[in-house]
Amino acid sequence: MSQIKPGAGGRVMGISRRQFVQGLAMGGAIAGFGVNSVRLNASPQGIGNPNILTGNHFRLSIGYMPVNFTGKERIATAVNASVPAPVLRWKEGEEVSLAVTNNLAHDTSIHWHGIILPSEMDGVPYISDNFQGIPPGDTFNYRFKLNQSGTYWFHSHSGFQEQTGLYGAIIVDPADADPVSYDREYVVVLSDWTDEKPERLYAKLKKRSDYYNFAGRTGGDLYDDIKQKGVMRTWADRKMWNMMRMSDRDISDVTGYTYTFLMNGQTPAEGWKGLFKCGEKVRLRIINAAAMTFFDVRIPGLDMKVVTTDGQNMEPVTVEEIRIGVAETFDVIVEPHHDTAYTIFAQAIDRTGYARGTLTPDLALSAPVPDLDGQPILGHSDIGMDMSAMGHDMSSMGNDMSSMDHDMSTMKAMDHSKMSMGRKTGSLPMGSGAAGFGSKLSQPHVPTEFGPHIDMRADDAQYRLDDPGVGLRNNGRKVLLYSQICNLYPTPDPREPGREINLHLTGNMNRYMWSMNGIRFADAEPLILKYGERVRINLINDTMMNHPIHLHGMWSDMETGEPERIPRKHVIVVQPGAKISYLVSADAMGGWAYHCHLLYHMLGMFRKVEVVS
Amino acid sequence: MKRQKQIIGKLLLALTLPAVAPLFGGEMEDDPTLFAIFADQFEWRVAEDDDLLVWDAQGWIGKDLNKFWWKTDGEMEGGNVDDAELQFLFSHSIAAYWEVQAGWRTDVEPNPHRDWAVIGIQGLAPYFFEVDAALFIGSSGRMAARLEAQYEILFTQQLILTPELEINAYSEDDPALRIGSGLADTELGLRLRYEIRREFAPYIGINWEKKFGSTANYARDDGLSTSDFQLVVGLRAWF
Repeated sequence: MSQIKPGAGGRVMGISRRQFVQGLAMGGAIAGFGVNSVRLNASPQGIGNPNILTGNHFRLSIGYMPVNFTGKERIATAVNASVPAPVLRWKEGEEVSLAVTNNLAHDTSIHWHGIILPSEMDGVPYISDNFQGIPPGDTFNYRFKLNQSGTYWFHSHSGFQEQTGLYGAIIVDPADADPVSYDREYVVVLSDWTDEKPERLYAKLKKRSDYYNFAGRTGGDLYDDIKQKGVMRTWADRKMWNMMRMSDRDISDVTGYTYTFLMNGQTPAEGWKGLFKCGEKVRLRIINAAAMTFFDVRIPGLDMKVVTTDGQNMEPVTVEEIRIGVAETFDVIVEPHHDTAYTIFAQAIDRTGYARGTLTPDLALSAPVPDLDGQPILGHSDIGMDMSAMGHDMSSMGNDMSSMDHDMSTMKAMDHSKMSMGRKTGSLPMGSGAAGFGSKLSQPHVPTEFGPHIDMRADDAQYRLDDPGVGLRNNGRKVLLYSQICNLYPTPDPREPGREINLHLTGNMNRYMWSMNGIRFADAEPLILKYGERVRINLINDTMMNHPIHLHGMWSDMETGEPERIPRKHVIVVQPGAKISYLVSADAMGGWAYHCHLLYHMLGMFRKVEVVS
Repeated sequence: MKRQKQIIGKLLLALTLPAVAPLFGGEMEDDPTLFAIFADQFEWRVAEDDDLLVWDAQGWIGKDLNKFWWKTDGEMEGGNVDDAELQFLFSHSIAAYWEVQAGWRTDVEPNPHRDWAVIGIQGLAPYFFEVDAALFIGSSGRMAARLEAQYEILFTQQLILTPELEINAYSEDDPALRIGSGLADTELGLRLRYEIRREFAPYIGINWEKKFGSTANYARDDGLSTSDFQLVVGLRAWF
């Protein structure tokens, strides 16, 4: 009855018992091939669809499992012997209980990402109330009521276990009728796998931060530039980057050099497959469960109607491509009208690889896989440069003129009479901007942002909700913009914010140090929110990387200029050199994690939030 | 033999464990103690006179902003170590790309041995020049200064050309070691390496050494040439 199928990608490949034990001996623990308590719902037809567990009571067993994604056997961290973990399917309004048993040699934990629940159930060791992780051999009983519906996910919040496979999808079915109609659905879990030990990978980044970046500028590039633009203009273009000692091709810290990108645990070579019948509406629940990789997702030949983000229903927007930041989720509806196969193509933001799947009416069919786009080049806006100060330099922007357009028209969707999103705040009246419109105050750099731990400060960070981001600008495809996201329902908490909190996302990429306001987590005081207050958080990205910022326990109401329908998210991507504002209702007592969701950034770029009465 | 291996294994484990252990458990460590070794040059120099085996390596153990740093360079000729220098430094980050280093330098060879106090600065200058500049203060008040700089030109992501420059100067004559005051010598190198992996790159190159001023006079008095042009082949590795 408790039938166990190896996880989709984590195929148990003809491994002898002895090898297996050897693998475990390394970890020094007993194998954790747990037993599913429930296994209902046969997987939807296709290849590589994860098991789906439904019901109200679950037993999850975390253990080691041999996997082989690259031709080399490695030991992954699995849930019920599956990587990704089985899909958990719950029902809004009901209570679920989950007995999570740790069969690892180290502490573990599970965080229910995006689920609103009491702090002690949130699963972050030493941050969540009364939770110090699950020690080896122990079982922790999670129990909470579901007050929401949508697509979420879960993952370990201990060590680097998320990198080694401990992640899975959550679907919460709505108590009432679903505003989204569809005939068939699939989860699409994107992730990044490395054969390297995450601790080694982190150490390499500390020793040489460009270790995984093979996009350095070559003599040939210089020659091409000079031929195209002449010596003087090339010199001028390069000058800023040379002075800063930074690369405009530094897009991802960890790349396809070590990563194999997975879709539902399937490598690009294998490819996940989902079946459809011509004319059906197919709902894809896309989850970015990667440790470090942003993906740009598209399905050549099909438009995607985006219907939810981070589990929350939004006004549908039809696009051709979505950039999905680490830990974000988007649900899309696609309607294939031909009896042909379609490739779901998720290229890594730095174009060093892709995850791939196929939607097909017939398992025998497959579709061509597009080429990767070219190397993305960061523009001046991505380092938060003061645009007004570079007027004379505009002609030399070459590659990235498009980004300029976006910056200039930032938040054009907004009513400019109601807000004054001026470029310089000096000329504006002091005071907080109206709810939904972002801050009218300036966010000056703080003294702790200066020193050897910081290598960049954006001097003119702008709201860039209209900017599709580096590598997607003017690519000829219709890309989802943050400014297009509008809640399907009225803003639940329409209060004006009582105060503003500024957090600069900071770091030294070269030394691979990350922090907020220049202070790493280990040295930081908790951020105190008063229970019941409505507060605005302004995030200013003083680095050249995208940072997906995740607040546990409370929604992040993203200010896009739609005060009546403020979209709710649990992860908000702050583009390089940009800023973004969102409102938070402090309606959940206790301790909460608040951090960049890039796994190797979060150790430093992390705060404890305490909601106190 | 086996026992030796075990001991070495344990030692290595003991060295790496504190660095890695906190990362495994629930406790997350953003700034673990790490160690690194960079063997920038380990090369055979084909000279007009005798061929040389030359090394130049450094390493550290420590955290993001504070490290214990060691450096060594030297050369062997015909099986004898002619020149060997060791530095033991404390390294403290003072700016995004710069570290101040202070400590002790000992010249194991040649004789007579010299010991120096070291104060230096190492880092990455604008335009991506790697710079290491140090002032050495000897026990008798003798001073020396050294500037090293290098730059990387990528032909491809793996084929990399590195021009290098080293300049040495001294405050006073040291006849025993045949060193004169003022600008003493410079070394210009050009090395082309192929990174099989990031950590492992064989290279070929050329190296040109020239002596100046009274140091050159000493050389002429000894019947030695004041400049030397060498072909080099070597290996660069780090971990």
